[in-house]
Amino acid sequence: MKRLEVLKTYKLYIGGQFPRTESGRYYSPTGADGQSLGNICQSSRKDFRNAVVAAKGALGGWASRAAFNRSQILYRIGEMLEGRSAQFVDELIKQGSTEADARQEVEDSVDRCVYYAGWCDKYQQVFSAVNPVSSSHFNFSIYEPVGIVAAIAPEEKPLLGLLGTVLPIIVGGNSCVVLASGNSPLSAITLAEVLATSDLPGGVINILTGFREELLPFMVSHMEVNAFVASDLSAEHLKTAKEESIHNLKRIIHHKENIADCESPYPILSTQEVKTTWHPIESSISGGGKY
Amino acid sequence: MSDPNEWNYAPAPEAAKQARISDRYAHFINGKWADPKEGEYFQSTNPATGEKLSEVALGTKRDVNAAVKAARNAYDNVWSGMSPRERGKYIYRIARLIQERAREFAIIETLDGGKPIRESRDIDVPLAANHFFYYAGWADKLDYAFPNRKVSSLGVAGQVIPWNFPLLMAAWKIAPALATGNTVVLKPAETTSLTAMKLAEIIADSGLPDGVVNIVTGMGETGALVVNHDDVNKVAFTGSTSVGKRIQKSIAGTDKKITLELGGKAANIILEDAAIDQAVEGIVNGIYFNQGHVCCAGSRLFVQESVYDEVLWKLKRRMDTLIVGDPLDKNTDVGAINSKEQLETIQRYLKAGVDNGAEMYQPACDLPASGNWCPPTVFTNVAQSSIIAQEEIFGPVLAVQTFRTVPEAIEKANNTPYGLSAGIWCDKGARLFQISNQLEAGVVWGNTYNQFDPTSPFGGYKESGFGREGGLHGLAAYLDM
Repeated sequence: MKRLEVLKTYKLYIGGQFPRTESGRYYSPTGADGQSLGNICQSSRKDFRNAVVAAKGALGGWASRAAFNRSQILYRIGEMLEGRSAQFVDELIKQGSTEADARQEVEDSVDRCVYYAGWCDKYQQVFSAVNPVSSSHFNFSIYEPVGIVAAIAPEEKPLLGLLGTVLPIIVGGNSCVVLASGNSPLSAITLAEVLATSDLPGGVINILTGFREELLPFMVSHMEVNAFVASDLSAEHLKTAKEESIHNLKRIIHHKENIADCESPYPILSTQEVKTTWHPIESSISGGGKY
Repeated sequence: MSDPNEWNYAPAPEAAKQARISDRYAHFINGKWADPKEGEYFQSTNPATGEKLSEVALGTKRDVNAAVKAARNAYDNVWSGMSPRERGKYIYRIARLIQERAREFAIIETLDGGKPIRESRDIDVPLAANHFFYYAGWADKLDYAFPNRKVSSLGVAGQVIPWNFPLLMAAWKIAPALATGNTVVLKPAETTSLTAMKLAEIIADSGLPDGVVNIVTGMGETGALVVNHDDVNKVAFTGSTSVGKRIQKSIAGTDKKITLELGGKAANIILEDAAIDQAVEGIVNGIYFNQGHVCCAGSRLFVQESVYDEVLWKLKRRMDTLIVGDPLDKNTDVGAINSKEQLETIQRYLKAGVDNGAEMYQPACDLPASGNWCPPTVFTNVAQSSIIAQEEIFGPVLAVQTFRTVPEAIEKANNTPYGLSAGIWCDKGARLFQISNQLEAGVVWGNTYNQFDPTSPFGGYKESGFGREGGLHGLAAYLDM
């Protein structure tokens, strides 16, 4: 007799845990063959708010880690992903990719982790500045994380697009809540299993599934969220995002480039603040300072 | 011998004759003076005397349309195609012309805005010239600013600036916009249009092609017309957080790139090991500079409890020596409040502070009979929940709170929706930088305050706005990248 396959229940990823949506709701996107992909959590406003609480809890610890340590953790995500490539290829195919595209997307995803791992301790060096002010001061500008970032992963390339969206956010010490591709959510949840085993502290990346129409207004109006990132919003959604952002002047970042195909340090900078510090330099030490 | 306590400074007024102010200023559009299409003008007065200085065109829709059209035309046909080096040379010329006429500009800035001549002469005007000089040099070096990025100009920049540093804010806005190849429509604040119009004279003298910089004067409605004009590609605003939010909302459905430089409620933190005399100078400079009309003013003072009595005693003694009065007098420390409306706003906050149970101290000073005046003010016993500890007053009003431990100071300092600037006074570098790292502020002054430089990026965290002005980072706001 043929063995009965054990099917996975797809859940959310909040604070390093895998809860179901508090709302008890689900939706059933269909794959390429018209078959249901399963009962996927339809996250609610409350789920989003819970995820923000988790992200806030994780922020301080993540932001204050050594850049080198963040780099190692991102590399570790790549290692874990590589080891589970076959599973991701299967899921991408199930969601509608060709086998060749699925394989390519998974390989690119692993490489994207390695790429951004390397930036963790380099972007600061490349983009910070020591400013030659005219007065006798030491003056420098460095990058700091903007804080908690809400993000919507692109619909297409559900694995690579999500990684391309969130990796630059966490490279710079932010924590985030990301909404997965609505039609192709499986790889996002499986990615959560990778993250949970990658030394990434719980809460740094939180993953929700559901409908962007429903969640977007909450993501852009939440007072504890400092920035919002997306790359494939409709004009109407982008307008809503900018309008609702004014409550706490959230930074709205809508990447122009297809984020799945973008390898660049500039997305890292888009969720950073520039802090400039001044300190006096003693202007002349008695005698001998000048000749 | 007379009592030294009775010694006073002899008046040392700057002669105002040097400054040429026309009876009336039209808009500056397409390289020419353009009378307002609806024919209306409004007065610009001297806030120290209430006397009329000049009258200024009231910009309406047709004026703004003409200005944006001129800017678009100049962008398409001249400026965006000009070699970057030549572009830079025009900007250098503007810097030089400001330096040559610096004294005149300083006098007019003081007459029109009420700030002490010492500040307009030593800070506003030289810094404005330096901003043009600094950004001029970037024009032909943009390829080096953002590694591996192809950058290009945006188009027409609509810029709206405040009344606290009228010429300097115009320079902060215009210089980077031009260096990056954009053209400009600038709307100065209604109480302080004059130095912008003097800058228009310089721009005309510099030979800058017609329409590259256009200046339209008017009220808030005129500014709204500028930022909401369909043919504007970039919006740059400095002003209040509430107006900034309104602008962000009004342009939400467009592709306009935006930078907002908004309000602040900066913490100035005095630790027990600070050099107290220097810190007191820093407190005074932090809050009474430019009558406190400064978005990054150190308006919340946090003093460690162990040195509270000493700091407050010395601060009050120092406040007693501040000279409040004629802004044109070179000895004056605190000038006139910029407008009657702003004075009324400040007075409402003073009343609210007292009503909230805080203790108010103002030194005895002889305020002139006419004009808008507010003595330097310090509030002690201020509750964190008090309106004077929460809201931006934009006047010479300091709210003092205390703390015991460094984490407490950091938590209190960050407990505000604003995040523009902060100050730390501490003898220990290790501690100072540890605190600096934890403050949510775009500019942190350690053992100094209110320092500005064209090479130094300025701008806020949180509700103090987004984007940076100044330095290499200030270029990004004006580039498509």
